[in-house]
Amino acid sequence: MIDTNVNLFRWPFRRLAGDEPAELVANLRKKGVTQAWAGSFEGLLHRDVAGVNARLADACRRHGPNFLVPFGTVNPKQPDWQEDLRRCAEVHKMPGIRLHPNYHGYTLDEPAVTELLMLTESRKLLVEIALAMEDERTQYALMRIPPVDPAPLLDLVKRMPDLRLVLINAGNQGVRKTEHIPELGKTGNIYFDIARMDGIGVVARLVEQTSPSRVVFGSHYPFFYFESSFLKVREAGLPDFQAKAVLEGNARGLLQG
Amino acid sequence: MKNERLSRRQFLYRTSAGTAVAGVACRREFASSNTNLVVDGGSRSSAPSPPSASPAAGLVDMNTLKSLRIWDGHCHLLSFEGSTPAERMQNILRYADRMGIEKMCMFLGMEFKFHAGPENMRKQNDEIMEALKHSHGRALGYAFMDPYYVDDCLDELNRCVRDGPLVGLKFEFDTPALANSPELDPIIARAGELKAVVLHHTYIKTTGNMLGESTPVELAELARRHPSVTIICGHTGATWELGIPPIRRLKNVYADLCGSDPTSGFTEMAVRELGADRVMYGSDIGGRGFASQLAKVLGANIPLSARPLIMGENLRRVLQAILKAKGVQA
Repeated sequence: MIDTNVNLFRWPFRRLAGDEPAELVANLRKKGVTQAWAGSFEGLLHRDVAGVNARLADACRRHGPNFLVPFGTVNPKQPDWQEDLRRCAEVHKMPGIRLHPNYHGYTLDEPAVTELLMLTESRKLLVEIALAMEDERTQYALMRIPPVDPAPLLDLVKRMPDLRLVLINAGNQGVRKTEHIPELGKTGNIYFDIARMDGIGVVARLVEQTSPSRVVFGSHYPFFYFESSFLKVREAGLPDFQAKAVLEGNARGLLQG
Repeated sequence: MKNERLSRRQFLYRTSAGTAVAGVACRREFASSNTNLVVDGGSRSSAPSPPSASPAAGLVDMNTLKSLRIWDGHCHLLSFEGSTPAERMQNILRYADRMGIEKMCMFLGMEFKFHAGPENMRKQNDEIMEALKHSHGRALGYAFMDPYYVDDCLDELNRCVRDGPLVGLKFEFDTPALANSPELDPIIARAGELKAVVLHHTYIKTTGNMLGESTPVELAELARRHPSVTIICGHTGATWELGIPPIRRLKNVYADLCGSDPTSGFTEMAVRELGADRVMYGSDIGGRGFASQLAKVLGANIPLSARPLIMGENLRRVLQAILKAKGVQA
């Protein structure tokens, strides 16, 4: 089982079981995870992005060699983000990066995003875009962060045929649901994780809306109980080969490019 | 649940999709096995084979789920396929079988309407009672109450609970005066006389509650006035760190875990603050799935002995008197 959506370190607003890297790795292994793509909660608010990524890479090496796969943060609104991207690829040997447009204050139609995605495409880096981290309705009152609108990607990805994108934490609950999922799922190389999709049999619906090959397992652990995403696959009642693709095969293929 | 603020007119007519004693004694017995997940075949329906991509995921099996005797305290007909309550119930049971759910408490009709008048309130309750007939004994029901119409609520309570099969009441969005409104008092008092449980929606939205949408604070005020009535705090406010404290000193109030994201820590805090005997599993299907909400119990770092309490024993205990009166085996 490959989990494409976990985060290391501390969530800013509460302690979480699993927010110590060693504990996170141990828990995920017990649950049957064989590889976890890890971003960093620090990447949401810290401005020293290079430091965030260095700590992430170090923690992945020390606590989860051949298990934790680091996805560094890049913030295209900050000066010299190109160097942060270069270090992710060349220094830390990361296979991909994770973006947080809403926490970093930009939308996907900004020119810097186009430049960033073109660079990641040329470097053959996988890009995860976190559309949200939590339900807008339950956020800390002084820290309201609306979800990301992925609509600009519909046009953007047509210009970047080799770009590989995973939209993590797309959501169908709350105030602003993720729009355009069916169109996005049929455009370019866009994949979806299942962590924030909810509703009876929702994974089967996501597969129908997009494609059996475009849905990957992501738990949003440790912010969410890991079991949520896992049980959703069961609830979906997918044929065994599709369930295996969601749990592992699609992500493996995606990472291998 | 849509969450923009509504005008009074919208409020009135809008259709909205909405939305143990042992617990303390054994808190030291933490559930190391909660790291093992649930995957297995063998459900009662024709569920497909479970995912088995990872041999390491050797996970709690269906027998374990069944052994928990899961009673889901918060279920709706909404969002399921089917043009009749019977068809929808058939589809609900298919998923319930797949997830090891033994019994469900159902309320609200095929289409949610919170303030559409007494006739519509009766219609929604009729649909629930019709659905129960097709549940093979797997569903219980609560009567929807719109306290804009107190006399009609009392009539409906007598029709559906005293004279009918329903065993509880469900409140959604009340008058603008919220759950602490004195208008609710005669209804709650009558529920107490009939030993019916009261489930009331609550939410604490950073984005702003809808008109008439209560928080656990208002519900706690109501519960203080009716200490002998079992009151279940629907969603526990969803923003659970703020929703649990208002109810923790009220022994007649129970925390409902359902209808919010499966955010880690919710169940642990509820058990810590209330005791495992005052926490109840629910799903809020079909707005939510069984899966994300079961995870709140199966994934929580709580004593193993707390699981059966939360999953069903607590609900069975508070329903025991009314079920016995109706001749229903718990």
